Amino acid sequence: MLKGHQSWIFEKRPTLLGAAAVVGPFEGQGPLANDFNIIHGDIQLGQDSWEKSERALLEEATKLAIENAGLTKEKINFYLGGDLMNQIISTSFAARTLSIPYIGMFGACSTSMESLALAANLVNSGSAKYVLSSASSHNSSVEKQFRYPTEYGSQKPPTAQYTVTGAGASVVSQKGNGPYVTSATIGRVVDMGLTDPFNMGAAMAPAAVDTIQAHLRDLQIEPGHYDLIVTGDLSKVGYEIARDLFKKHKIPMQQTEYKDCGMMIYDYDKQMVQSGASGCGCSAVVTYGHLLKKVRNHELNRILVVATGALLSPLSFQQGETIPCIAHAVSIESGGK
Amino acid sequence: MANNKKKKLTPVQQEYQELAKKREPGRAVFKNSVRAFISGGAICFIGQIIQEMFVHWAGFTEKKAGDPTVAVLIIISVILTSLGVYDKIAQWAGAGTAVPVTGFANSMASAALEHRSEGFVLGVGGQMFKVAGPVIVFGTVAAFVVGILHWIFNPAAVGG
Repeated sequence: MLKGHQSWIFEKRPTLLGAAAVVGPFEGQGPLANDFNIIHGDIQLGQDSWEKSERALLEEATKLAIENAGLTKEKINFYLGGDLMNQIISTSFAARTLSIPYIGMFGACSTSMESLALAANLVNSGSAKYVLSSASSHNSSVEKQFRYPTEYGSQKPPTAQYTVTGAGASVVSQKGNGPYVTSATIGRVVDMGLTDPFNMGAAMAPAAVDTIQAHLRDLQIEPGHYDLIVTGDLSKVGYEIARDLFKKHKIPMQQTEYKDCGMMIYDYDKQMVQSGASGCGCSAVVTYGHLLKKVRNHELNRILVVATGALLSPLSFQQGETIPCIAHAVSIESGGK
Repeated sequence: MANNKKKKLTPVQQEYQELAKKREPGRAVFKNSVRAFISGGAICFIGQIIQEMFVHWAGFTEKKAGDPTVAVLIIISVILTSLGVYDKIAQWAGAGTAVPVTGFANSMASAALEHRSEGFVLGVGGQMFKVAGPVIVFGTVAAFVVGILHWIFNPAAVGG
């Protein structure tokens, strides 16, 4: 049901029946290692191209999410998902394997919550019983497409972010005892005129703040309504800017805990990641692995996940275009004990 | 050009960019320069050792020993690239590993490795010069310009 200008309230309380997070070796060395379902020791996953490795990650995550939901893939009505590859090949090719009716999505790194919001809406409106949603990224396939060859020795600036190798998937169902997807806010594209693809946190921060502001306004709530508000992949630089913007717009974020997925997945002292993490997989694996676990065991009761995406392409930034950004917010609440 | 770009921005965008600039950690220019000096110097030092070895043990003249020395440095760089080590060293060393011939070899080897999955012709052949290409093109252009300047200001050298 529409609430306010750009938000949905899911009054039928669709449930996150099952979820899975599958990651690569580098993510497995980070502080969230225990919360992931599968950690691969081989970054190639035994495949002969980076693109195939990403697809393998995603196929594993989707299959596991369906399994964790106690379902078989024949029961799933629709599959929504996306990734960062040109023409979202990882997701479309995984959908070929799954052979579930499929809607491909692109919201760059905001795809995790974009697909979850729509999945919840489909279920809430009675258009589907079970919907699978996913988001994935692979460090090397993204480096190859957007930046330099993976083994090329270029020095990254301190604002650069490290793309997560990981895939997250979830199954939303009409029935179940939670965690519930209770509301979502669809963001608008915000472009503050930044052009540096090595500083995406700064480009995306205003989009995150805009969506959070819209969410609070539409639902007529204050940040204190949530135990945790978490942005997708702003990382150190973007996180600090977002904090500045909250202060400037007088949003009382001190009422709650505010974190960023991009700062949670790696160990800054031991891992060479500059500003932090990014990629479709970043918010997906942190949410479906780490955060959902905390919601399930009631460490957190209400959270708002705001996945942020930079909607640039390798072509657009080479032609000197600015970076348009977007953020989508989804609130998740824990179920009965 | 920077000013031109700024003029197109709305006041809100300009205000935000100033705010964002404050939060942007700068590149550690001094530290990076020192590291580049040390690592670049170390590569040249290794090159010198290899050259001396060719002169003393293989009977090359000082001038002729240059070519095999460059070849050895390229092989070392390519091996380190394919072992996945060169990019890690480069994050520390910066320009120190990018400027010497080893950096050029790394740019070609890494592109060739990366695009092997698209086949030998379109992948390796077509993409190998993806990073190194501009260096060759503008290196040649620069050499041409310098050559012309040399000819204008020092005609005796050409005539001789």
